[in-house]
Amino acid sequence: MMRKILYSVIGFFAVLSLSSCGYNSMVKLDEQVQSQWAQVENVYQRRADLIPNLVASVKGAANFEQTTLTKVIEARAKATSVQVDPTKLTPESIAKFQAVQGELGSALGKLLVVSEKYPELKANQNFLELQSQLEGTENRITVERMKFNQVTQEYNSKIRTFPNNLTAGMFGFQKKGYFKAEAGSNKAPKVQF
Amino acid sequence: MYKLLNTGNLSMNFKQFLLSIFLLTFSFASFSQNIPEKPNKLINDYTNTLSVDEINRLEQKLVAFNDSTSTQIAVVLVKSLEGYEISDYSVKLYEKWGIGGAKKNNGVLLLASLGDRKIFITTGYGVEGVLPDAIAKRIIENEITPNFKSGNYFEGLDAGTNAIISYTKGEYKSDTKGDSGIGGFWTSILTFWILFFIFIIVIVLLSIFGKGGGGNRVIGSRGIGSTFGGFGGFDSGGFSGGGGGGFSGFGGGSTGGGGAGGSW
Repeated sequence: MMRKILYSVIGFFAVLSLSSCGYNSMVKLDEQVQSQWAQVENVYQRRADLIPNLVASVKGAANFEQTTLTKVIEARAKATSVQVDPTKLTPESIAKFQAVQGELGSALGKLLVVSEKYPELKANQNFLELQSQLEGTENRITVERMKFNQVTQEYNSKIRTFPNNLTAGMFGFQKKGYFKAEAGSNKAPKVQF
Repeated sequence: MYKLLNTGNLSMNFKQFLLSIFLLTFSFASFSQNIPEKPNKLINDYTNTLSVDEINRLEQKLVAFNDSTSTQIAVVLVKSLEGYEISDYSVKLYEKWGIGGAKKNNGVLLLASLGDRKIFITTGYGVEGVLPDAIAKRIIENEITPNFKSGNYFEGLDAGTNAIISYTKGEYKSDTKGDSGIGGFWTSILTFWILFFIFIIVIVLLSIFGKGGGGNRVIGSRGIGSTFGGFGGFDSGGFSGGGGGGFSGFGGGSTGGGGAGGSW
């Protein structure tokens, strides 16, 4: 009887001390970061899914520049091959992911610029709709990345402040990486009309 | 553990943390200054372009649509984007106001900057399926910009919102409890009163049957009468609270940046 009471008192204090050291909220934030990462991957996947259609409709145009086209296809293959384990969102893995996706973004941007020279494409309703979908997807990527950075910032500040950093060290909560601002070369493709 | 307790390390972390918080709040503050505060209506003309009559007509249409489907379509006219991309500005305003229900995310924002001559339709997560980017683009190009080019802002907004309604009307149904915070508020008040009256009834019944004496009957029946009177009042109160005429406020919806834009 005494032992039972003692155990429950100890358990109660253990729960209390864990929650006061922020363990539970760290877990919650960790989950939020991971689900937001899923959203980020989702929108990048959406862009990758649009590319085969885009390539098909561009190919229809008479003697479209082959080099830009193959560059897009190659960049897509490379970008979809890099996957990030959502439990290991380290700064390095995110930087790598961002680099290959950035290459695909700039290849796509070039393709859209080149397509401006083909009047038959600009009259093609299918191509125009793909273009607006692609533009919308770039917006979605920006938004989901921004939301990812916000929740990651919250998580990182949580695990690095006292006394949470003690709990974080004990249970192995690691600092997670951010998306960096684009460095000019890989800006979102601007679609001009 | 020992390494973590090292005070030098700790103070460094703390300084970095303070700095990042400072920078973050600073950058947020400087941006959100430019975005209008969350209003309590769906048509928001910050340029004084529309007449009062036109605003009322659009507002009535969109409030009726919100009442029947719970989908919220907000229309915003601003003078300038203060140098921001219109897609960026739209998403920030959308998230600040929380257009659409918090669970359904069924909101649409139609934002036009008259100074920049740009327009953007932003869709919430919940309406991306029925209002894809290509459709949003088509609405802008077919319904809105031709009217805006000739200066017919009301006609453009009227036709544009009609088109948005025609695409989104089948998707969601309004449930009387509501997805918005205000619905939840009324529900909790009703629950409180129902529990309160049940409590009173139980006490009254206990006082009748518990004692069971002849002398107590008179008091007991009076108690029951007053309880029923209370129910009458409660019913009418509930109706007047639930059936509001105007817009009940944005529900806290979120967007993933979907939609399309154009210029005129």
